[in-house]
Amino acid sequence: MKIKKNIALSDTGFVFDPSTGNSFSANPIGMEIIRQIREGKTQEQIAEHILKTYQTDAGTFEKDYHDFLNMLNRFRLTENIQ
Amino acid sequence: MKKLQYERPVIQKLNTGLTNKFGTRTESDPVTHIDDLAVEKLIAQFGSPLFVLSEQTIRSAFRDASRAFKNRYPKVQFAWSYKTNYISAVCNVFHQEGSWAEVVSGFEYEKALANGVPGNKIIFNGPDKSENDLKQAITNDSLIHIDHMDELYMLKDIAAAANKKPRVAIRVNMDTGIFPAWDRFGFNYENGEAMEAVSKICNDTQLSLVGLHCHIGTFMMSTSAYGIAAKKLSEFALNIRKKFNRNIEYIDMGGGFASKNTLKGSFLPGTDASPTFDQYAEAICESLLNAGFTQENLPLLILETGRALVDEAGYLLGSVISNKRLSDGRRATIMDFGVNILFTSFWYDHKISPAQSFGSHHEDTVLYGPLCMNIDMLRENIPFPPLKKNDKVVVHTVGAYNMTQWMQFISMRPAVVMIGTDGKVNLIRRRETIQSIQHEEEMPLYLKNFKL
Repeated sequence: MKIKKNIALSDTGFVFDPSTGNSFSANPIGMEIIRQIREGKTQEQIAEHILKTYQTDAGTFEKDYHDFLNMLNRFRLTENIQ
Repeated sequence: MKKLQYERPVIQKLNTGLTNKFGTRTESDPVTHIDDLAVEKLIAQFGSPLFVLSEQTIRSAFRDASRAFKNRYPKVQFAWSYKTNYISAVCNVFHQEGSWAEVVSGFEYEKALANGVPGNKIIFNGPDKSENDLKQAITNDSLIHIDHMDELYMLKDIAAAANKKPRVAIRVNMDTGIFPAWDRFGFNYENGEAMEAVSKICNDTQLSLVGLHCHIGTFMMSTSAYGIAAKKLSEFALNIRKKFNRNIEYIDMGGGFASKNTLKGSFLPGTDASPTFDQYAEAICESLLNAGFTQENLPLLILETGRALVDEAGYLLGSVISNKRLSDGRRATIMDFGVNILFTSFWYDHKISPAQSFGSHHEDTVLYGPLCMNIDMLRENIPFPPLKKNDKVVVHTVGAYNMTQWMQFISMRPAVVMIGTDGKVNLIRRRETIQSIQHEEEMPLYLKNFKL
């Protein structure tokens, strides 16, 4: 899973796809995950970081992570969908 | 280092051009307490889902309605509509405030008596009164509102056999300028059927005609319809006086005032669209005062409003069972309460608030109940913050009809508590158990055993 290279991310949670002109809004944890995927982190590394930083458990995060990746795919923000 | 509060990662597409002058996030403010009691604690103590009623809100609504009418008209009496919410503790709050009882079945009649309402302060409405119901009502000197000719004749026979002269009113339906006109209750005014019924009563010594009643509709957003109804009933009362020299002691305007709920498809939220008690009172009282009654013959005004008095006092607390993604990408959240206990979700877009704090992001969400039925949908589309399993929500304005029209279907009906004016919480209806259902069943002997 890779985030498309040309996707623009703002500090305040806006995501812009210049190839389609679509804009998106993500919450802070969503932005953190997008940035980490873009940096090439694996799911395990991302989960480790989230579990260390936030009050959640591995099962909850795993469910939410996969749901979030599905939404990135649905919005065509990932490379493997192009 | 203390860990940060977790929120499910969310991303959503931003759509431009879809303007909404009301904004989109009005329902996302968390409601963590009801009358200063924590939602979490109420659920921990009484389970989820849970109906909660605020006694303070009931009394405030009643006093507001009472003030609106009594400031405009000298003789006003409220009668609590049992079918709206007949949990005894709720009824008794209204009785403590001075309400009589308005019932529509033998069952409700028994309930009112059991609550301690004197028989002569019970108004017996409805199309289905059995012979035994009528005998009891006659014995107790209750006000019997005749719905149809069969009832009129049956009542005459029962009264003659008992050698009593019951106090009766007739139920009158009429054109009040609304569509569809409710013409199923009572006798029609315009086609002369109502006068025919009055004539049958007044030309007979067995019944004593003391009142006129109407029930023009439900969730009535138009106050002018009440103004028209009050005008027509007043004219009718004056005509009866002229024709039969019979004084009509009271005019009962029935119920039907809208609560602050939002009807499905409504452009404005109910809080903005529904008339106030003052607006209803103005329309009704103006018609009565200008009808031409003399001061001493001014009829008592009876009001049977239910929904508008109790809806805002009711809350349904519930918990998230699960989140899922529908095939078109929409978020769906499954709650532990469904349309079986929140019957009114078929016609209202109930306001639903999360009961814990969230970040600023939200997602368009479909809220489903737990029933294994496709119709079990609570909100088709609600902008909601990311909820996770076991998060709590508060459904607002559920005090009317849900605790009477609820169904025991698939699961048991939940407990109902009332937060008293002293801030203490009282259990007023226990959560049902399997025994509540099994107790009424019988098993034929030959079906007792089987081998699998």
